[in-house]
Amino acid sequence: MGPSLDVSVILVAIAPFLAAALAPAVHRFTGAFAGWFLAIVPAAIFLFLFGFLDEVAGGEPVRASIDWVPSYGIGLSFLIDGLSLTFALMISGVGTLIIVYSGAYLAGHPHQGRFLGFMLAFMGAMLGLVLADNMLALYAFWELTSVSSFLLIGFDHARQAARRAAIQALVVTNLGGLALLLGALMVQHLTGQWDLSGVRETGDLMRLSPFYAPVLVLFLLAAFSKSAQFPLHFWLPNAMEAPTPVSAFLHSATMVQAGVYLLARMTPILGETQAWMATLTVFGGVTLVWGGFSALKQIDLKQMLASTTIASLGLLVLLIGQGSEAAIAAMVVYFVAHAFYKAGLFLMVGVLDHGTGTRDLTALGGLMRKMPVSFVAAVLSGVSMVGLPLTVGYLAKEEMYLGLAHADPSSILVLLVVVAGNALLAAVGIAIAMRPFTGATVETPVPAHEGSFGLVLGPLVLGLLGIGVALATAWFGHDILEPAGTAILAEPVESHLTLALDLGSILFWLSLLTWALGAAVYYQLDALRALLRRADAVIGWTFDKGFDVLMFGLVRMAGAVTRFLHHGRLEVYLVVVFSFFAIALLAPWLTLGGLERLMPPSALGTWAAQWSWSDLTVYEWAVVAIAIIGLVALVIAQNRLVAILSLGVQGIAVAMLFLLFGAPDLSFTQFMVEILSVVVLTLVMTRLKLDERDHRPFEDALRDGTIAVLCGLGVTLLLSTILTGRLDNELSGVFLATSVPIAHGHNVVNVILVDYRGFDTLGEISVVMAAGIAILALIRGQRGAGRIPLPPARSERIKGMVR
Amino acid sequence: MDYIIAGLIGIFVTVGVYFLLSRSVIRMLLGITVFGNAVNLLIFTGGRLTRQVAPIVPEGAETIAGAANPLPQALVLTAIVIGFAMFIFLLVLAFRTYQSLDADNTDNMRLAEPEGGCRPPLSY
Repeated sequence: MGPSLDVSVILVAIAPFLAAALAPAVHRFTGAFAGWFLAIVPAAIFLFLFGFLDEVAGGEPVRASIDWVPSYGIGLSFLIDGLSLTFALMISGVGTLIIVYSGAYLAGHPHQGRFLGFMLAFMGAMLGLVLADNMLALYAFWELTSVSSFLLIGFDHARQAARRAAIQALVVTNLGGLALLLGALMVQHLTGQWDLSGVRETGDLMRLSPFYAPVLVLFLLAAFSKSAQFPLHFWLPNAMEAPTPVSAFLHSATMVQAGVYLLARMTPILGETQAWMATLTVFGGVTLVWGGFSALKQIDLKQMLASTTIASLGLLVLLIGQGSEAAIAAMVVYFVAHAFYKAGLFLMVGVLDHGTGTRDLTALGGLMRKMPVSFVAAVLSGVSMVGLPLTVGYLAKEEMYLGLAHADPSSILVLLVVVAGNALLAAVGIAIAMRPFTGATVETPVPAHEGSFGLVLGPLVLGLLGIGVALATAWFGHDILEPAGTAILAEPVESHLTLALDLGSILFWLSLLTWALGAAVYYQLDALRALLRRADAVIGWTFDKGFDVLMFGLVRMAGAVTRFLHHGRLEVYLVVVFSFFAIALLAPWLTLGGLERLMPPSALGTWAAQWSWSDLTVYEWAVVAIAIIGLVALVIAQNRLVAILSLGVQGIAVAMLFLLFGAPDLSFTQFMVEILSVVVLTLVMTRLKLDERDHRPFEDALRDGTIAVLCGLGVTLLLSTILTGRLDNELSGVFLATSVPIAHGHNVVNVILVDYRGFDTLGEISVVMAAGIAILALIRGQRGAGRIPLPPARSERIKGMVR
Repeated sequence: MDYIIAGLIGIFVTVGVYFLLSRSVIRMLLGITVFGNAVNLLIFTGGRLTRQVAPIVPEGAETIAGAANPLPQALVLTAIVIGFAMFIFLLVLAFRTYQSLDADNTDNMRLAEPEGGCRPPLSY
């Protein structure tokens, strides 16, 4: 039966990446049909995964694993249970339609191949994310979705708004990614498991751990940033800068659901505590209401949909927070319903945009006749969004109210919030599905026309699925809902989905209330929008602006730090360097017992004997004196010539020291070098109009002098301490003993240079040659180039300062 | 006697560092030369000082006893030559800089890094 299960499951996550790499080439060869060709990949994945439904519904998760970093016991492991299968089926199924749609939507775009490649790469990352069992793999795929989202939002990179939105999304979601990595590492450390399935088996270990709170915060931060929960929601509306298929796929149906997926995944590990329930319910509820009201403010259809996506994400998080069996079932059904209707509506808006040239709700009307297929698609998705009977949206809403309708005060508050949120979503759903198509015909920038087959296929199929899945209630309940719910709660969940209307149940009346409220809001939409916009104008501050302030603050701070450290004043750099040089010399010497070694307490009495004048002969003392005289003359020299001659004096003294202590070769070389230096320096100096004297201010001279004395003292003390130790002369002994027998040379120093360390000498010669070439280049360049032109004002100023 | 030479090396280092901290490029160059001499002496002295007996094996002999340590001498010889090459290169560089910028003072050499530095862009 072909490749093993392990390989084929892993191929599911890898195949889209391969297709992504090939996408530009496929586009080049197939042109307008690229979308259809590339859609084969997600369609095949969908069918492959569909085959697992029965097995997973039977309670047997599918596992696959290959070695990744065996030395750390990390495997690239995948797990297909009800939850990941539901997500993966949505990703590959909706993805197939989206790829077909993208082919038609960007027909003729020069970078369509690149776009399709990004889309497929994202799909691979997303599939990997939901199928991964290993936490590090989960993190890697999580970051890959952020990266592909960045590339897709910034697809139209010539526009600044798109670049800003892309960076914003990347910054916010990567912040969450880092939190996820930290959280995963902490969980691994606490449980010793890399696989989430393994962590799930540790039971209450995480919940009882003293580190439960930080781990919870990290995972919530990751989920909230990805799933645009208040107050990290602001990046999602900006992400609408991306082409419409991206908004439909990444920013409503799949990527933003990764946070919801993570929370669902972690429910058996971190969930069911007071903190978990309270945090998720509060943040989810606030996000739901905030998103609902934001949607009312917009007139751009995509922005309206984006805001309702935020609201829906809030609703999903709230349901996970509630955590009861019915709430979790509602979350699964609502995730499916939302993916169908929201992706369908987004694609429909794309068709509208394509066919009329505008997405402005107030500039569209009466398109029913000119765009009949789009209208049908819009209504199909719209009824699911409103939650009318016979749609999967209705099932989700009923299940939700079933899970929330309890009699205690906090439950009633949550229920009211959810009803209000659903009503707002319903109002927006009616507005998007009806407004552009009904009423008086409005002139549009482009003469209105229906989209091509590839364009309308996606929204139509998604709209039909929203109803078809609901009609197959029993299958949906048994094959999707029950396995997914069971995977989330780690205990069997039973589906009680039904399409029947029960007039005696409170659930029906709650639904009726939702619809009535939604209709009322819809009829007052324009008035409400004006009111909300006025309120916004009064506040005048948004999270979006806050992001800019934060980012620019960071850039300014980086600039200030750079200017502080990298100020460009050589003198200060050198002061710092030599201060640390002095510290590096003296601090270890003082702390590691250098003083005791140099002057042992036992030898204190005989102190004078060790430092007697007769250590050096008279002529040796004379050479030392010459060196000191040269150095002092150098420091106090009143003009250039004295300075140069003093330099020569100290150099000659060094040469004489070499001579006195048995190094004639060194002495000879040093003589040559010193004489040449003095000659060359004199030649050059006479051509420079330089300051005769050192014009350091007194306090600078004091500071520099102190540092210099400390450096000198440090070197002396360190060297003296070294000299008290024993020298290992083994290597020198070998050279002395073998110089004549092996190398046939009597001058041992020369033998070392040209024989034992010949390559070293070769390097030395190379350095000299390189210096010579560089000098030649500098002097040659002088003739042609002349002076480097300076801005006139600066040039004058510098001249003024020098003279 | 080693300790006295160690003290002398300290004086070399002091003068070298003091000149290196100057703002005049030519003075820094003098500082590099003095500092280089200090380091050469440091290596030489670190191999212990031996009076007058050079490590040269007499004609007919296989080896020599009590000679100066040849290893530091070989190291220092290399260092002297490289130091000289660098000194001449820096001298020419300083000379050309003076010709081009009319400046010997490092504070005035701000062609590559203008005063105040460049500001990072505040946009996307």
